[in-house]
Amino acid sequence: MAFFQQAKAAPKHTVEPALQPWVEKYRPKTIDEVSAQEHAVAVLRKTLFSTNLPHMLFYGPPGTGKTSTILALARQLFGPDNFRNRVLELNASDDRGISIVREKIKNFARQTPRAQAVASDGKTYPCPPYKIIILDEADSMTQDAQGALRRIMETYARITRFCLVCNYVTRIIEPLASRCSKFRFTPLDSSSTSNRLSHIAAQEHVDVSPEVIQALIDTSSGDLRRSITYLQSASRLSASSEPPTPITARDIQEIAGVVPNGVMLDFACALGIEFSGDMDVDSDTDRGRKRDFDGIRKKVKEVIRQGYSASQILLQLHDLVILHPTLPARQKARCALIFSEADKALCDGADEELWVLEIGLQVQKCDSA
Amino acid sequence: MSLWVDKFRPKTLDDLHYHHSLSARLKSLAASGDFPHMLFYGPSGAGKKTRVTCTLRQLFGPGVEKLKIDQRVFLSPSKRKLEINIVQSNFHIEITPSEAGNYDRLVIQELLKEIAQTQQVDLNARQRFKAVVINEADSLSRDAQAALRRTMEKYMSNMRIILCANSTSRLIAPIKSRCLLMRVAAPTTEEMQVVLEHVAKKLKFDMPPEASSQIAEESGGNMRKALLVFEALKMQSPDLSGPLSIAKPDWETYCRKVAQLILKDQSPSQVMEVRSKLYELLSHCIPPTIILKTVADAIVDSVEDNGLRRDIMHWTAFYEQRMRIGNKKIFHLEAWVVKVMSLYKHFYSGFDLADFNEDL
Repeated sequence: MAFFQQAKAAPKHTVEPALQPWVEKYRPKTIDEVSAQEHAVAVLRKTLFSTNLPHMLFYGPPGTGKTSTILALARQLFGPDNFRNRVLELNASDDRGISIVREKIKNFARQTPRAQAVASDGKTYPCPPYKIIILDEADSMTQDAQGALRRIMETYARITRFCLVCNYVTRIIEPLASRCSKFRFTPLDSSSTSNRLSHIAAQEHVDVSPEVIQALIDTSSGDLRRSITYLQSASRLSASSEPPTPITARDIQEIAGVVPNGVMLDFACALGIEFSGDMDVDSDTDRGRKRDFDGIRKKVKEVIRQGYSASQILLQLHDLVILHPTLPARQKARCALIFSEADKALCDGADEELWVLEIGLQVQKCDSA
Repeated sequence: MSLWVDKFRPKTLDDLHYHHSLSARLKSLAASGDFPHMLFYGPSGAGKKTRVTCTLRQLFGPGVEKLKIDQRVFLSPSKRKLEINIVQSNFHIEITPSEAGNYDRLVIQELLKEIAQTQQVDLNARQRFKAVVINEADSLSRDAQAALRRTMEKYMSNMRIILCANSTSRLIAPIKSRCLLMRVAAPTTEEMQVVLEHVAKKLKFDMPPEASSQIAEESGGNMRKALLVFEALKMQSPDLSGPLSIAKPDWETYCRKVAQLILKDQSPSQVMEVRSKLYELLSHCIPPTIILKTVADAIVDSVEDNGLRRDIMHWTAFYEQRMRIGNKKIFHLEAWVVKVMSLYKHFYSGFDLADFNEDL
């Protein structure tokens, strides 16, 4: 009965609204509030009236509203009073080995839903006769645990619906995936991100300029949660400095750990990638000197000493090279190969300095070749 | 009698010598009562840990300095006992999860949930939350990081997490997006000189400027190293006058010797000799990555041709990655030595390297 103890203890964890992360505070309350994702929302809206729900599998990149959608849906279906005994939410921070699937999930799944409690806020909720089990971050469940779910899902289909939420649909075993109707969540387009951010900023009385919003969108690449967290951090910083200063786009970049453009351009220059716009012929000799081995090595040491992370450097260098206006396609393709090698190495935990140096030397090589 | 590094470690945010804007930010954040989860990252010896302790002091007052060491026992699912050392005060707790090896997820889950579910009972405490400092966060396994995700959001009222890492590359994106990132860059040479002079003044000792600049140059942005070198030099010659000979650590000179061996002769018997030297280094617990990097640096320094240098660095990077994935470090070190030898020999006996590289 661990679940019920947890349910009782839960209200103690409520946070004062001022200290709450905005991500939680502005989680959509109804599915109509969910930004973008029209397709999924349209299908789910129907279930509100039909009282029938399939098993569901939500997948998509982080911060696109998967968890928010299912939580909002559950809340609309059951209302605040029934929510606690009709919904079980498990995520990667709970232990979800095969034993938990066998005991906790199975126990919850086999209970017949309780009678509808009278809604205390005076509204009526559809409260259909089934329970929902939300398995958040389901792609981090082991194969065995997923296997154990197969039969449970079918046996108790009459009284329980499962909702699996994951980033990588390929890590969900096929038998589970085929039992669910799949919903793909796409990265947010910039207009809906900017709408949502402006809405939150207005609610929190934070002054944000369009450039800041743009910087948030650029650094978060479609991940709404990330951009909201950045916005909150930035507003915290600006509000706590004396005297309060407005948020700048540079603040956002610093919070996001982005390497400043100046540093990146300098670095790219040392590798022999030229930017015709800002430099002209007279610095040619200077650049020729910088391009050799020692120049690159010194530059790499300098950048690493600044504490920037190698993966971020890689990401930004990639953007610089691939979007470069004049580099020949062949050279870009060679660079792309190098970048992929380096990314793999960094993911394996290889030494950052060595690999940044390696990227530098190889890029310079295919530049001079 | 403690080392100078510890003795003169700044205790409050105001005492810090460099990155003043960062200190100001930390101070105002600590005062605002709306303290976020934090992630400090930067090269080693830049002062991450010092900043963390200063911030904690700012948050909770001098009480955080009363530390006690606790040994906790965790039981793994396969009933294996894990003993983890935990440093804690009344207000914060410090863990180094890499001690737990593969079971770091378990330690993180148990410990954080336990802390998260207890509230601060001391009415005089300045903050209602406890702080959890996780050292070497970049060595946390994927599983452990995934376990942190939801915990960080759910238990925000009782707990703040402060992560300390050398680089953010190995942290998963969800963690990074939940923290306020604080970059601690290595101090510049001038900043280091200021610190050295400050320490000298505390010791009532007049530091010659050449000495301080030389120490600062030599330590390459690592403050800890600079202070240790300073202390060692002070032991050798009390007034630090005259030409300084900053003694390189033994392993470094040893690595240079290995590099010379590799360049002197390229033959199977030489490989054997290098091998015994490498074993010697490994048996003294010098991390293989450091050995590889130092030897490669030394070789590159004494080779002139840029193409050859580039190839050597390429294979260094290549074998370093192999070493991470692989199990037996010495295999990869040796493979690298042989590779470098063959590159070197081919280069100087005039072979064309182009198709040689294609083969591999």
